[in-house]
Amino acid sequence: MNDPLPTSLVTEPTGLAVKTRGLRKSFGTKTVLDGIDLNVPEGTIFALLGPNGAGKTTMVQILSTLLRLDAGEVSVAGLDLRREASAIRAVIGVTGQFSAVDNLLTGEENLILMADLHHLDRRAGRRRAAELLDRFDLVEAARQTVATYSGGMRRRLDLAMTLLGDPRLIFLDEPTTGLDPRSRRTMWQIARDLVAGGVTIFLTTQNLEEADQLADYIAVLDRGRIVADGTPNELKRRIPGGHVQLHFRNVQGLDTALTRLGEASRDGDALTLQVPNDGTPKSLKGLLDQLDQHAVDVERLTVHTPDLDDVFFALTGPQHRKEFAS
Amino acid sequence: MSALSYAIRDSVTMLRRDFRHSLRYPAMTIGGIGVPVVFLLLFVGVFGHTLRAGLGAAASGASYVDYLAPGILVMTAGAAAAATAINVCIDMNEGIVARFRTMAISRASVLTGQVVGSLIRTLVSAALVIAVAFAVGFRPTATAVQWVAAAGLFAMLTLALTWLAVAFGLVAKTPAGANSMSLIPEFLPFISSAFVPADTMPAGVRWFAENQPFTPIIETLRGLLMGTPIGNNALLAVAWCVGIAAVGYLWARMQYDRLPARVPRAVTA
Repeated sequence: MNDPLPTSLVTEPTGLAVKTRGLRKSFGTKTVLDGIDLNVPEGTIFALLGPNGAGKTTMVQILSTLLRLDAGEVSVAGLDLRREASAIRAVIGVTGQFSAVDNLLTGEENLILMADLHHLDRRAGRRRAAELLDRFDLVEAARQTVATYSGGMRRRLDLAMTLLGDPRLIFLDEPTTGLDPRSRRTMWQIARDLVAGGVTIFLTTQNLEEADQLADYIAVLDRGRIVADGTPNELKRRIPGGHVQLHFRNVQGLDTALTRLGEASRDGDALTLQVPNDGTPKSLKGLLDQLDQHAVDVERLTVHTPDLDDVFFALTGPQHRKEFAS
Repeated sequence: MSALSYAIRDSVTMLRRDFRHSLRYPAMTIGGIGVPVVFLLLFVGVFGHTLRAGLGAAASGASYVDYLAPGILVMTAGAAAAATAINVCIDMNEGIVARFRTMAISRASVLTGQVVGSLIRTLVSAALVIAVAFAVGFRPTATAVQWVAAAGLFAMLTLALTWLAVAFGLVAKTPAGANSMSLIPEFLPFISSAFVPADTMPAGVRWFAENQPFTPIIETLRGLLMGTPIGNNALLAVAWCVGIAAVGYLWARMQYDRLPARVPRAVTA
């Protein structure tokens, strides 16, 4: 999942489920999206990763025809966003962080409402609703009003409603925000199954593990700009930060090690030392040999390889903010 | 199917959704009947005797309820409109409406469903209010044709107030805000000929009462039900209904098309 895209997925003639060039949007004087260029190949999971307030939901709202863009060229499912919005609506589905379900209806009624709005005949609509209730493990709750559902159930119903129209492109706006770990994993599996069935998923998330788990390609959005993009592995490679953390029993041990090793950062309170190291067996052995040679008493050590957290903080952290502001 | 038949089908789907809502959450519908019934009983039972004596020859019929009932009917439409404004405001803040907007469905169908649903609920409320009025002595003299004409005018008034209420519901950010905007149509009947004739009021108030929309509507309903003179009130009543309906409809459509900027989804990033 985390490897670069197989070329077979991107060689179709139109190929792109979403394409934006110079997309801009502001609310009053506040610029929310400041020139976004994106390519989302069909049949992939694309993750737009960013902190709160980065502009992720605005992006989804524009691409799903809910908000007008101020400037730029955008095509969704090969259709022009400005001129062909209603054709776009026929092929997309949206599941947002605010559940788009009718709280006063039952789960089954919600699905049948969708079937009616997709102009399925009565019998086909009921059959489709029953299939989805079964697939999303909502059969028992089907006759209860949605107001009684748990967060995970609502999110599953929400997605089932989105799928009733067989969309080719699904926007999942922070689909697991507020869900417990188990429900989160269920959602991830559903997303993987959908993509295996040929659907394209445009995912927004602030959960790094989620992007790492699901996405074929990630773009990091911060303050309305794409500050980095690539496959999860490419992004991790771009960020330095691999190190070994050595834990000591006392300050003497810590300081002895510091004088022997030289290049290291010392934390006297935690009694730890951070030594730059790429985490390969060879360089680890080198470090251990060095410690052994000087008879430094290390309690234990942990190896830290860069993950998307490092990427995220390196690109969207406060220092970065300052550069932006100046 | 043509675009029009899809639009009708979508509106019927939305109407069905609206019906389910009123069955699951009947408090608003019942509340819409409660206000006019309380006023009816209060004015007939408490103030009725004195008011009837004060009205003298200005009122037709034997008891004050005969004078009052048409005004109470108009209040029923006003109270139902307030409930509609609140319902629409609550509904527009639900994520489901944002979903509708991302679907290839008739754009007006959400509002149409709500308007038709409100219209039906209000007509049912009005029938119940009339039944209560009968129980406390209301004895209209109307023929079948006059009843039909009165029902037609009442439906026009309801349609007009409902579109206005939908616009209120779309403009207001909170249900409480929608409710306060609806106080205008809800309480405007007090300064009309609903409770006492306009010509018994002080000059300034009288001018307002005679020229505001509810007075010609009430006078027309009263004329149809009780046989009092109607004059040019019928024409004025229809004109006001058409005018309010047009303003409400256009305002509501404009607000609905601008909606996304204020759906909760838009304020978070």
